[in-house]
Amino acid sequence: MTDNTTAYVILSAILFTIGTIGVLTRRNAIVVFMCVELMLNAANLALVAFSRMHGNLDGQVTAFFVMVVAAAEVVVGLAIIMTIFRTRNTASVDEPRMLKW
Amino acid sequence: MVTPVAAGGVFSLIWLVIALPLAGAALILVGRPLAPALFDRIGHWLAVGLAGGSFVLSLVLFFAALGRDEESRQVVQHLYTWFDTGDLSVGFDLLYDQLSGLFLLLITGVGTLIHVYSVGYMAHDERRTRFFGYLNLFLAAMLMLVLAENYVGLFLGWEGVGLASYLLIGFWQHKPSAAAAAKKAFVMNRVGDMGLSLAIALSFVTFGSTSFSAIDIGDTTTTTLNWLGILLLIGACGKSAQVPLQGWLLDAMEGPTPVSALIHAATMVTAGVYLIVRSSAIFDAAEVASTAVVVVALVTIIWGAALSCVKDDIKKVLAGSTMSQIGYMMLAAGLGGPGYAFAIFHLLTHGFFKANMFLGAGSLMHGMNDDVNLKHYGALSRAMPVTFLTFAMGYLAIIGFPGFAGFWSKDKILEVAFAESWLVGIIALLAAGVTAFYMTRLMMLAFFGRKRWPEGVHPHESPRIMTGPLVVLAALSVLGGVFTLGGWIEHWLEPVTAIGHAEHHGPLPVWATSVLAVLVVAIGVAAAGFVFGRRPATTEPTPYLHVPHVEDVVVPPGLAITRGALATDKYAVDGLMSGGPVALAAIAGELRKAQTGYVRSYALSVLGGTVLVALALIVVS
Amino acid sequence: MSFVILASVTVIAALGLLFARKPVHAALSLAVVMVGLAMIYATLEAPFLFAVQIVVYTGAILMLFLFVIMLVGVDTSDTLKETIAGQKVLATLLGVGLGAILIAGIGQASIATMRGLSSANEGGNVQRLADLLFSRYVIAFEATSALLITAAIGAMVLAHRERIDPKQSQTDLAQKRVADYAKSGKHLGPLPPPGTFARHNSNDTPALLPDGSQSTESVPAILAGGRADEEAKGE
Repeated sequence: MTDNTTAYVILSAILFTIGTIGVLTRRNAIVVFMCVELMLNAANLALVAFSRMHGNLDGQVTAFFVMVVAAAEVVVGLAIIMTIFRTRNTASVDEPRMLKW
Repeated sequence: MVTPVAAGGVFSLIWLVIALPLAGAALILVGRPLAPALFDRIGHWLAVGLAGGSFVLSLVLFFAALGRDEESRQVVQHLYTWFDTGDLSVGFDLLYDQLSGLFLLLITGVGTLIHVYSVGYMAHDERRTRFFGYLNLFLAAMLMLVLAENYVGLFLGWEGVGLASYLLIGFWQHKPSAAAAAKKAFVMNRVGDMGLSLAIALSFVTFGSTSFSAIDIGDTTTTTLNWLGILLLIGACGKSAQVPLQGWLLDAMEGPTPVSALIHAATMVTAGVYLIVRSSAIFDAAEVASTAVVVVALVTIIWGAALSCVKDDIKKVLAGSTMSQIGYMMLAAGLGGPGYAFAIFHLLTHGFFKANMFLGAGSLMHGMNDDVNLKHYGALSRAMPVTFLTFAMGYLAIIGFPGFAGFWSKDKILEVAFAESWLVGIIALLAAGVTAFYMTRLMMLAFFGRKRWPEGVHPHESPRIMTGPLVVLAALSVLGGVFTLGGWIEHWLEPVTAIGHAEHHGPLPVWATSVLAVLVVAIGVAAAGFVFGRRPATTEPTPYLHVPHVEDVVVPPGLAITRGALATDKYAVDGLMSGGPVALAAIAGELRKAQTGYVRSYALSVLGGTVLVALALIVVS
Repeated sequence: MSFVILASVTVIAALGLLFARKPVHAALSLAVVMVGLAMIYATLEAPFLFAVQIVVYTGAILMLFLFVIMLVGVDTSDTLKETIAGQKVLATLLGVGLGAILIAGIGQASIATMRGLSSANEGGNVQRLADLLFSRYVIAFEATSALLITAAIGAMVLAHRERIDPKQSQTDLAQKRVADYAKSGKHLGPLPPPGTFARHNSNDTPALLPDGSQSTESVPAILAGGRADEEAKGE
């Protein structure tokens, strides 16, 4: 256990960065979603670390809410991916290109 | 100068002289599209009738003027104030005096005869009615020209005859050569018109008015007067086809022959001479300008004569002859003094015999299936006797056979020429010899020798409606010298040309000049007879030297400028106009490639933006 | 000390998520990340979150991911070749740049040392969290519960397929099958289920016919591919 908040926040930043690169680089829609989850988790980590820094539980409550929202988001998001997969037979994120010029 | 009197009695009908043919033109040109069948039946007779009516009225006015005494022969009729702005007030006024009276007779008389002739000549043309509309329009404009009391009214008529000439030269619109000739005539006339417009403006500035009676030499500087004279000369050159604006006259022969006879022989081309005689007060006081007139006249006399010697087209021979004869008129006018009256005298006789010969040429063409090439004629004296006889009258008149009209008028001019200087006199004399030469050539090629007719051509005499006017004009060619009986015409025109009856004493007595003239003419005739009589003429075209014309010098740079302007407009201006949108479209085309449709590239843009914002935040704080 | 170990494991697992080619491997890497984070919560005096992270995130959400991967296709794997030009390079550059900026920003900021949650956690972490949740954050709490209900309904709506023609009853289906058999000799019985073998038993594993060849009918058409060749080689 370290009393250095900065370390935890830096770890959070690193995880967030990895998640970002994953979102932009991976082509499978589900893997992209997982990287988004990673980014949310990184934010949670930062919240909990700051909660301990301030000495109150507000950060933890917020982290809890983030978790709930993430769960709801995953449900709906995966349902959408399933629907798209049914019609287009592919889970690639590069497939829907209707906005192309 | 005699002060003109106001119009009264029969002179209050002066305006009718112009109004009759003008009404005819309006009726025919507006009415025919509305009622084609009706106008095709009566249109031409309507035109003939109105022209004849103008002639009758001109006769009445002339006899009325004859009856009056000298002081009240100049009559002004004020119709209405045309425009009145500030210092310039121009009235639509008509002036009937001795000069315009003679012109009226010539224009309406010869005009009516040519109207009658055209009924027969244009009988097979489906647009005949329109032709008569244009002829009437021409008459109206020409009458306006000679009846105007001020330069502006004269200019109105000037432009009007230019328009009518364009319409009539290009009457056979389907022929590109005719259309081009019409345009050429109009454009070259325009150059002359520029001179005349500037003269009008200068006259207003100098004398405060554009009226003829306002010309008061008084204390006007010689420079101004010379400039006025030169500008008027430029105008006259354009209209009368004098060098350097002579190029259009031969091309104008594309028009129907009655047009050539009326406009380019008897009337329109003489408007330049009229202008100079009308402005005699200016030319008398401007030495440089009148010398310029003499020089231009001499050059043109020779130029026209040279052209006529080598052309094979009968109409072009006659056109060159016209150019040369008008040169004689300009010479007389430029020499001043009694020369003005002699110029007008020659103008009248020339109107008779040249119109006669042109109509005769039309008759020949009619018989030869509209072929103009002299090399295809030959021995027509037996096939077309009436035409031959009437043409011969005109021929004798133009070469100055003693007793005929041309003899009297040309001799008078030779007298004035010799009175001026030996050089001028000798040039004029020699040119008379050349005139005899080429006219004899024409006669021999057309009427004598062996037949050179092409296949299927059977010349026959023209119908009476065409030969009638020929006979009348032939008679006038014979008898036209009557005008100078007892010096009548000089005395008649004296008040107009504002000179006393100056005695012109040349180095030679009058009879000697005449004898010399006849001698030179005889030599010319003999030379032609020798050259063209010995060997029968062939159908080969006559070779001649091509002299560069003004057009060859002026037109190519003009074309180059036009092409440059066109290119600038097309590429620079249009390029700018459409270049903007094109460039915009190109930029847009590049920019829209950012819309790839891939979610991931859009996400990348979002990340890029986030990085920028974060960077900014760090930098700021 | 524990932080260093936990941090390294988490980061390596995150990188695994980034580079894993098969989606299942990526999901498992994510599981490692989440468990690691749960442990870190535990060290940060947040026991409740430690439990909830494992139960909700790893247990529910990640499993949901795995179900969908099964349905969509275990074998669909990304090729390494990038289709959009410059995407990978730019993404990496910008991502690393973002990380650098974040770390620089954090470094610049003066963050106090941890005060510790001993006083805040008086009487138990769960009880104190419950206090906060139902007093100060009760509206947010109600809102998120509404959100959850909405999400559930949304999922149901998305998955629902509207029937266009009337539902065929058992009798209709049976009659249709017999008619097809009479007309074209189509097999009367139901399609064979996918194969169940020692190493693979997912939806796209084909069943084996008596003579050892694969039955293409046992694999749903959209999943057919990949697995079939491996089985032919292996068994």
